Amino acid sequence: MKFPVHTSPYGRLPNRVTGVMAQVLLALVPGVAAMIWYFGWGVVINIAIASATALAAEAAVLRLRHRPVKRTLMDLSALVTAALLAIALPPLLPWWLTVLGTLFAILFVKHLYGGLGYNPFNPAMAAYVLLLVSFPVDMTRWLPPEMLAKVHLTFGQALQAIFNGHLPASLTWDAVTSATPLDEMRTQLEFNKTISEIRQSPLWGDFGARGWEWVGNWFGLGGIFLAWRKVIDWRIPAAMIGGLLLVSGIFWAFDPESIPFPGFHLFSGGTILGAFFIATDPVTASTTPKGRLVYGFLIGATVFIIRTWGGYPDAVAFAVLLMNMAAPTIDYYTQPRVFGERENGDG
Amino acid sequence: MITRNPGSWDFHGGIHRPDMKAMSAGRYLGKMPLPQRLVIPLQQHIGSLAEPLVSPGDRVFKGQTLARVTEYIGAPIHAPTSGTIVEISDQPVAHPSGLSAPCIVLEADGEDRWWDELPEPLPWFEEMDAALLRERIRWAGIVGLGGAAFPTSVKVNPGPDRKIQTLVINGAECEPYITCDDYLMRTEADRIVEGIRVLMHVVAADECLIGIEDNKPEAIAAMQKAVADSDLTTTRVVTVPTRYPMGGEKQLIKVLTGKEVPSHGIPAEIGVICLNVATTAAVTDAVMAGRPLLSRLVTVTGEGVNNPGNLEVPYGVMMADVIAFTGGYSDKAYKLILGGPMMGFTLQDDQVPVTKATNCLLVASREEAPDPDHALPCIRCGKCVEACPAQLLPQQLYWYARSKDLDKCQEYHLFDCIECGCCSWVCPSHIPLVQYYRFAKTETWAKEKERQAAEEAKRRHEARVERLERLERERKARLRKKKEALEKKTAGDAADPKKAAIDAAVKRAAERKAQKQSSEEPK
Repeated sequence: MKFPVHTSPYGRLPNRVTGVMAQVLLALVPGVAAMIWYFGWGVVINIAIASATALAAEAAVLRLRHRPVKRTLMDLSALVTAALLAIALPPLLPWWLTVLGTLFAILFVKHLYGGLGYNPFNPAMAAYVLLLVSFPVDMTRWLPPEMLAKVHLTFGQALQAIFNGHLPASLTWDAVTSATPLDEMRTQLEFNKTISEIRQSPLWGDFGARGWEWVGNWFGLGGIFLAWRKVIDWRIPAAMIGGLLLVSGIFWAFDPESIPFPGFHLFSGGTILGAFFIATDPVTASTTPKGRLVYGFLIGATVFIIRTWGGYPDAVAFAVLLMNMAAPTIDYYTQPRVFGERENGDG
Repeated sequence: MITRNPGSWDFHGGIHRPDMKAMSAGRYLGKMPLPQRLVIPLQQHIGSLAEPLVSPGDRVFKGQTLARVTEYIGAPIHAPTSGTIVEISDQPVAHPSGLSAPCIVLEADGEDRWWDELPEPLPWFEEMDAALLRERIRWAGIVGLGGAAFPTSVKVNPGPDRKIQTLVINGAECEPYITCDDYLMRTEADRIVEGIRVLMHVVAADECLIGIEDNKPEAIAAMQKAVADSDLTTTRVVTVPTRYPMGGEKQLIKVLTGKEVPSHGIPAEIGVICLNVATTAAVTDAVMAGRPLLSRLVTVTGEGVNNPGNLEVPYGVMMADVIAFTGGYSDKAYKLILGGPMMGFTLQDDQVPVTKATNCLLVASREEAPDPDHALPCIRCGKCVEACPAQLLPQQLYWYARSKDLDKCQEYHLFDCIECGCCSWVCPSHIPLVQYYRFAKTETWAKEKERQAAEEAKRRHEARVERLERLERERKARLRKKKEALEKKTAGDAADPKKAAIDAAVKRAAERKAQKQSSEEPK
């Protein structure tokens, strides 16, 4: 009898890229739901625009590169990039900026380097930084959370705002939008106010800003799910959060009135989302166990440094991109001790 | 020295997958009847090819040595039954690429008559020198029956300056589906324990640790009873957790003793020798009965056979016949895998002979061994790093193997890879990682061979040039000497007093003659 041949191991393999990406998307659901609750329909519209753009761009570039289109789209990685970028964007950002960012992420950051698995930089974060640097006004025009907002736009109104730039007749952009809490903190500190003075404002909640901190909690929940499912390595989020808390804690201890306390950093901006969903992007992160601790810690430390002394209020995107560059070097110097290798103090 | 708390250590990584052993465990299908024709490969072991001692037409008897090895690493081949040698030629063998290899074809006479020159049993082995017992093990053609087929006589010869502390007997059988070692331990624990007694004497070990995975409670109980009934005081059965690749030599040694076999090293360097249970039983036969290795237990299993189980098969029997004997293929038969699903390989054809290394014939259904998906790019998720029991960085190795950067592969410890397949198993991109490492290893060996050949050529060329130069020098030296001798001769001519005297005499004579002539001239 004759039989077909192929290489070992034999059996139904337990892991799939599609499964990994699907679980990431699933883990985003609680956080995204919270964002919709606090910031309205714009979040959904952004995700939809980014997803459609990402799929179309990926399909087009795969065709140009003579790669299998359907099979590659099925890996869902383009959707993950789109979702992560859309989540980071202000909810009423003009549609073409979302499209521009997504195209840049898929075409330039991902496919010009060879597609999935070959990109040295996190596509979503590179695109976010491109938009932030090129369109700072639009990119910093956020919405206040639900409990502080004076107006709540309906789905139709949000759609109008995003696609036409028109708000309902009675409203102005200034009435609808507000700065992000990190931006607010930064501006107030520049006015030489003390932290305790700044925190008098109704903007602030237990740790970070009201609404915002809860979005962080829900993303954190999804992140813990991913770590439990071993889709992500716990080391990166743990080290990033640890690094941020430790470094900010040291500085805060010396100057608690001009350096926000560690809990504020943890629950503000993109810290939680970044720790569980952005820094853990496997392609661009460090891959050795020790290296992941170093990589995460350095992101955490860099986030604090940029937030405190840098030119931008939030820093997760910059910190992640900087450490993307460092990842190969970190990997090189953190190779694990091989089984049976004579220990020369490198154990 | 005795290991304290054996089995209390752990190895990094590994995987859990359903062991699928229930299908064949404890089921015995009997002894495979001898077919008319046996095809006996000359290479059934790691090491040099055995050279035939017989020629076509020769009549041979069961147990007679058919082929011997002269190099240190190798194992002789014996006749599994009596009969006539038909031919010695290349025949298809169990090889991943379906290659042929030299085989002795034996036509059985059905009498199954033993050779009358078999060596005597050695029940008094304890009074014997270890070297003689090693010689017996070598004669018997015993190789590692766990599947690697490394010559046992070499393994049990650690060298005079290496003290062996622990003899590890490997009954882990961690590959899914395979149950032949399990069956042997359940039913022939005494034979294994007898082998341990012999081996303890041969390697002069302080203790023996028998490692068995906890999914084989019957085997554990049987082995414990056999050890308790014996006079072995420092032998212990250690239950180890079921986790692939627990039965890997390095992994089992680590778990049992806490010691790590050095990278690029062998267990003897840390005072350990590790042998499989079936190998140990074969040692018993060689020493206590004076019989060579002629057959082995083979597991036939998978959804592709009607009647899975274990059976005793002489080597040289066609795999197709073995499966037919067990009850044949079922409708679901899709792939024929030699060995287990993690480290085995598929065979194109079942018309190849069983050898000493054949531990399992897994006939998998389409569900059990689906065709592989297209591999996606590596997303560097690091699942392979978590799974690698050698603590390597498989994703880096893959990267460098793919780009044929063999130096970098070595830097990332390519040769510490035990090819267990854990990385390929957990890879979400379904990349056949181990294939890349095998490729890189083969390339490295080929390069090394090339380099050695080049070096040899260079050495020869240099030797030739030097030889020619030397010959030239010698020729010149000879010429010079000759010339010098000649010159010396002419110079010496002048100096020689005798010659000078003669010359002077001749001269005088000539003068006198001239004077005489002139005086005699008429005036």
